[in-house]
Amino acid sequence: MNNPNALLHRRDVVNELLRDRADLLVIAGLGAPNWDVSAAGDHPNNFPLWGAMGGASMIGLGLALAQPKRKVLVVTGDGEMLMNIGSLASIAVEVPKNLTIAVLDNERFGETGMQKTPTASGVDLAAIATACGIRTSRIVRTMAEVTELRDLAHEGRGTAFAQIKINPEALVFVMPPADGVILTSRFRQSVLGDEALFN
Amino acid sequence: MAEAAKSRGEAPAALPTWPDEIYHVLKDAGIRQVAMVPDAGHSRLIRSFEADPETRVVTLTTEEEGVAMLAGAWLGGERGVLLLQSSGVGNCINMLSLPVICHMPLLMIVTMRGDWGEFNPWQIPMGQGTRPSLEAMGVIVNKVDEPHLVASAVQGAAHLAFNTWKPVAVLLGQRVLGAKNFKELARK
Repeated sequence: MNNPNALLHRRDVVNELLRDRADLLVIAGLGAPNWDVSAAGDHPNNFPLWGAMGGASMIGLGLALAQPKRKVLVVTGDGEMLMNIGSLASIAVEVPKNLTIAVLDNERFGETGMQKTPTASGVDLAAIATACGIRTSRIVRTMAEVTELRDLAHEGRGTAFAQIKINPEALVFVMPPADGVILTSRFRQSVLGDEALFN
Repeated sequence: MAEAAKSRGEAPAALPTWPDEIYHVLKDAGIRQVAMVPDAGHSRLIRSFEADPETRVVTLTTEEEGVAMLAGAWLGGERGVLLLQSSGVGNCINMLSLPVICHMPLLMIVTMRGDWGEFNPWQIPMGQGTRPSLEAMGVIVNKVDEPHLVASAVQGAAHLAFNTWKPVAVLLGQRVLGAKNFKELARK
């Protein structure tokens, strides 16, 4: 951490993004971002994905539009974001105030053997988001910038996008429940109340 | 098509009423989010939703985005509908895992190509593959080929989707929509 050029550690980043999370709603993309969010603590307001690659940010959009008073944070990986990069165009048209997309960019497909993704060759996701029209869009390299992003996500003053450059480290898996029905039902019950169980 | 009919001395067909009927059916079903990649067959319905301050119409770059978006809507307590063309069904396949494994409702209204009266051979593979690919993923499929049955098909599909948390697709056949023929237009 003393070396300003050192890459951030993904679990430090996610722990900071979720610090004092209050009623923040969190979508986690499949693979390591799911394990990172789960390592920060299992929570009914998490919707961690075990599949549906490419869908995390659009799940975030649908949720943000449905719950305009709640803050929605999508934590996903560079490979997952790239799979449906066009989502940034769809989201940029809607720009809900309460949506933040944090891409943990290790420049690798981590689950499949650490093969390089296009960001390893310089593909700039933050610039793509900016070009789509998401004005609060940045590359994050320091914990101070992660804290700023955390505050943006919790304040919800406009759609925000961040490409967070992280160390390509392989960490122990910390898994949430895998049953999609449990994840869906407890999330809906937490957000919508017990009524959600009856319809 | 109306022009072509006129030039052959036929009376132009009356405007179909089913787009307005399904707009009201979908409103009654509580639809608040409309995710779509446009199709000519859906244009009247899309205009109705765009004019409706209670619904949010989101244009997608690819149809699978809509499957994910409507899962998010459901997590947040809102109901949505995905409007797409049959070719777009192919773009959705893996993303359909999400509503299937999570027992989430998904209502899809699919306008068919590569079906009755098709002129474009490139539309055939996905058009003919639409129903089997949806069914292979666990989506309940109901195809409609008569205009007067469209509204009840959509109503039944909405009930099925939102009361039993299933992905359900209504396929609107080209007998309902009218088959395009760009070749005919090109000759004029």
